[in-house]
Amino acid sequence: MSDTAPVNTRRESKPGKARTSFNEGTARLAAVLLSPTLIVLALVVLYPIVSALRESLYTSGTKLDANGFVVKGSTFVGLDNYAAIFKGDTGHRFWTAFYNTTFFTVTCVVLETVLGVAMALIMHKAFKGRSIVRASILVPWAIPTVVSALLWKWIFQADGIANNILGTQILWSTDGWQAKLSVIVADTWKTAPFIGLLVLAGLQTIPAEVYEAAKVDGASVLQTFRRITLPLVRPALLVAVLFRILDTLRIFDLPFVLVGPHKGSVETLSMLGYDEAFNTRYGPAAAYATVLFLYVAAVAYVFVKLLGADVIGEARAKKPGGGSRRQRKRAAALAAAPQAGLTSVGGGV
Amino acid sequence: MATEMKVKTVPPPEVVRAAEASPLRRWAPLVGVAVIVLYCLAPFYWMAVSAFRRPSDQFSNKIIPAPFSFQNFKDVFSASNGFGRGLLNSLIVAGTVTILTLVIGMVAAYTLARLDFRFKNAVLAIIITTSMFPGISLVIPLLKLFINIKWINTYQAMIVPSLSFALPLAVWNLTAFFRQMPRELEQAAMVDGCTPAQAFRKVIIPLAAPGVFTTAIITFIAAWNEFLIALSMTNKKSIQTANVIISQFTGTTGRDQPFGSQMAAGVVVTIPLVIAVLIFQRRIVAGLTAGGVK
Amino acid sequence: MRFERSHTRRAVAFGVAGSLVLLASACGGDSGDKNTSGGGGALEGRGPITFATGKDTSGFLPKQVAAWNSQHPDEKVEIKELPENANDQRQQMVQNAQNQSDAFSVLNMDVVWTSEFAANQWIEQLPEDKFPDLPKLIPATVETAKYRDKLYAVPITSDGGLLYYRKDLLDQAGVQVPKTWDEMLAACLAVQAKVPSAKGMSCYAGQFEKYEGLTVNFSEAINSAGGVVVDKDGKANVDTPEALAGLEELTKGFSTGAIPKAAITYKEEEGRRAFQEGKLLFHRNWPYVYALAQKTDGSSKIVNKFGVAPLPGKSGPGVSSLGGHDYAISKFAKNKATAVDFINFMASEARQKVNLSGSSQAPTYASLYDDPALNKQFPYLAPLKASILGAQPRPRVVKYGDVTAAIQDAAYNALSGKTPPKQALTDLQAKLSSLITQ
Repeated sequence: MSDTAPVNTRRESKPGKARTSFNEGTARLAAVLLSPTLIVLALVVLYPIVSALRESLYTSGTKLDANGFVVKGSTFVGLDNYAAIFKGDTGHRFWTAFYNTTFFTVTCVVLETVLGVAMALIMHKAFKGRSIVRASILVPWAIPTVVSALLWKWIFQADGIANNILGTQILWSTDGWQAKLSVIVADTWKTAPFIGLLVLAGLQTIPAEVYEAAKVDGASVLQTFRRITLPLVRPALLVAVLFRILDTLRIFDLPFVLVGPHKGSVETLSMLGYDEAFNTRYGPAAAYATVLFLYVAAVAYVFVKLLGADVIGEARAKKPGGGSRRQRKRAAALAAAPQAGLTSVGGGV
Repeated sequence: MATEMKVKTVPPPEVVRAAEASPLRRWAPLVGVAVIVLYCLAPFYWMAVSAFRRPSDQFSNKIIPAPFSFQNFKDVFSASNGFGRGLLNSLIVAGTVTILTLVIGMVAAYTLARLDFRFKNAVLAIIITTSMFPGISLVIPLLKLFINIKWINTYQAMIVPSLSFALPLAVWNLTAFFRQMPRELEQAAMVDGCTPAQAFRKVIIPLAAPGVFTTAIITFIAAWNEFLIALSMTNKKSIQTANVIISQFTGTTGRDQPFGSQMAAGVVVTIPLVIAVLIFQRRIVAGLTAGGVK
Repeated sequence: MRFERSHTRRAVAFGVAGSLVLLASACGGDSGDKNTSGGGGALEGRGPITFATGKDTSGFLPKQVAAWNSQHPDEKVEIKELPENANDQRQQMVQNAQNQSDAFSVLNMDVVWTSEFAANQWIEQLPEDKFPDLPKLIPATVETAKYRDKLYAVPITSDGGLLYYRKDLLDQAGVQVPKTWDEMLAACLAVQAKVPSAKGMSCYAGQFEKYEGLTVNFSEAINSAGGVVVDKDGKANVDTPEALAGLEELTKGFSTGAIPKAAITYKEEEGRRAFQEGKLLFHRNWPYVYALAQKTDGSSKIVNKFGVAPLPGKSGPGVSSLGGHDYAISKFAKNKATAVDFINFMASEARQKVNLSGSSQAPTYASLYDDPALNKQFPYLAPLKASILGAQPRPRVVKYGDVTAAIQDAAYNALSGKTPPKQALTDLQAKLSSLITQ
């Protein structure tokens, strides 16, 4: 891949200090070793994406010949498959699904983030039997999706345990707010631990000295959390949230299993694409996949731009010193001597 | 992964003391723990009790199965299902995916975290882009390809595509963690005579252990739970993973759903993961000492 | 014919389906050129074959195949087990065909897939003279295996809807088993008035969740009232007074409470449970319920308290929707002559008989329904025969997936009160017309 080339060329001009020799050694190694990732991804991802893009410009299998056989071959139709998505009834269905997808993503990710961070803070505390607690928090995430969706379906049955405990007679799988709610509950349960685990790992790279210093300075619990914990776990949290957003935008299994297909209140963009493909209309299905892909990409871009500068930001902050003004300021304020070089935790909170 | 395990470190006592400073700090977390554990485990509990009911009172809403029965588990492991073999296959596939992802991903992440080069953002963007396409759209061209190169019913046909969802998260996550590591660490190591590769292996990885092992757990679970690829790339029982086998469970007659045995299988499939987490988290805790090593 | 017993695995099919997106580009114009030769020509070649099927619920299928294998050591059949969920099975078969893979030789297909598979030339056209048992199979079942009057598969199992009723309660109230819908509603009122223990029971439920079962129940209501969904010429004709009368039976059932509200979430299993727990007086379901409701392990509260009758109609017995499975031969398979023999083997009277007693799947072999020993083992055989003989197939169209989705939309909207029945039928008529006119 051409992306690796600059590593070699820029190596020579790299502004130095003590790191020069270090970077020289690593750069050669790294340039070579970055390639496996890109090669693997090109094989298993890039090729399929390109063929889907091509596919979305064709239709096939829509006509029958005189003998009743499906006419073979595919016809180039330009952007017709895309245009069809937004027209008439289909358009109405699309925008409903678009709204549902967005609604699920916002609601679920916000809930999961709050819960996940809370889980991480709890798991981080030292107390007896915490390994058991940590394992139990991970249980929801460890259950195969196939099985957990079925489990929730049973819980939300008309005569299931949910109605039993609540003392209600709600028909959860019928079209309406209750269907949305059941999906949100099940999704949050399943994936909050994912965020929790990643944030926990972030928490554990924070040196204890930082907290000591804050305590010496008389910071309150809340202040410590806002000024120290949050900024320092920020990179890990942002990566976790970003990947949750990407996943939830493509949500399919839960609404499909829990509530069922063709129900307006929970139909998502992925389900529309599925529907087309299920009926062997591969061109339109590819168009849906592409539209969804563009939407996901746009959301991810905005997210990284607004919040996640730190996540990929180091390349932008090219100053040889490593840290921005703010970062240096914080480092000084924290007086965490060995960590002065913490480069990536800046950014504005 | 043997290398980084050699670096043993001890949690600093300050952390423990800080947690016990005031009554509020002591009790509030415990209440929180109870609430969250309950929230996480209650549905799992429901799954477990459903598994331990007799198939005949599958739909009971009683909190404790009465009478207790192992029938569902017997059904799961009945010879015609090949579930045991499926578990082994799952282990092989998920284990290999995890190891490959970590090896490839750590190297890539370290590169991205430590080097300034012009297309770094582009590389990161390309890597995450692969997580944006509906996963489903990836399988069939690969299926076609694998049919042509005779990979159907092989482990690699399941392992290689699984890297597509495992790698992006691993790379992004590890990049974030490696960047938290102060550069001075490697410099110090190299002053002591380490090569850069040694510095990476012996200093950085151990210090990034929480991130590395967290990534390992997440990758393993994701690969363990993978269904679609495993279903598409195999049609021989002896190579199918546990999830595919579960999908083939049926009831005893006609349309009755094998809910009990599915739940039992769910319990069986989840337990290895919980054990793995319990083992791995020792490593996660080791990372507490990032500040303790100079 | 198994509808989505669990939606779980159906979800996973998404992947399979979605990924098919890319197929057309991969194998676009050239499929059908390679190993294909017109209709039903080359059913040649002998040797090992495979049989792609959802796992047999009773575990009986392996015995059948073993019987074949012991007689044909050089033409062994290997079972390729597919997911239990019907949609997933279809996806695997479609995928196999799209890739022109020879992994599957004989396909165990739901009766509603025939048109689509035949029109796409994924399965071989079969010469009728190669299947000697064909004339002895129930004609309605053979029809499900045809596309444009040509045979593409052989029906091996069938299925028809039955009316399960609470014999004990009807007897206590001194009410006859109802033959019509109105009689059934009257019977409910009589039982609820005369039998104290029947207080709080609902009258009737079928399968009304939004899935394939709703298409079945909707079609039955309309056919039983003298209407049609798709007429004999394959044209949609659902916006009629007869069809409206049929649909209104169901919508009124919901609005008066004769059908419990929760029935809008019922598939086969939810309904069976409600019936077994004594919540329903009448219940429409398939034959499989019989054995389960008679189980003496405590799961059923109605052992020996229920009976089975044909579905109720407008002025006489109702019309069931036809279920079952047909065996077809993949276009891309090897050893098709062996495949033909294997299908004949499975269709034979001897095998169907063993299969019925071993797996309790309804046979397609007509004479088996009159076998005294079998009737003793399966007391519902007589009403089931009546049900299947009078049954109508669901629309036999190439775009079955779209058609059934449209039917479910209309029916679900009407039953949940979102659309008035008349409007639902008018909308459905328009939708079906555009789907079927190609």
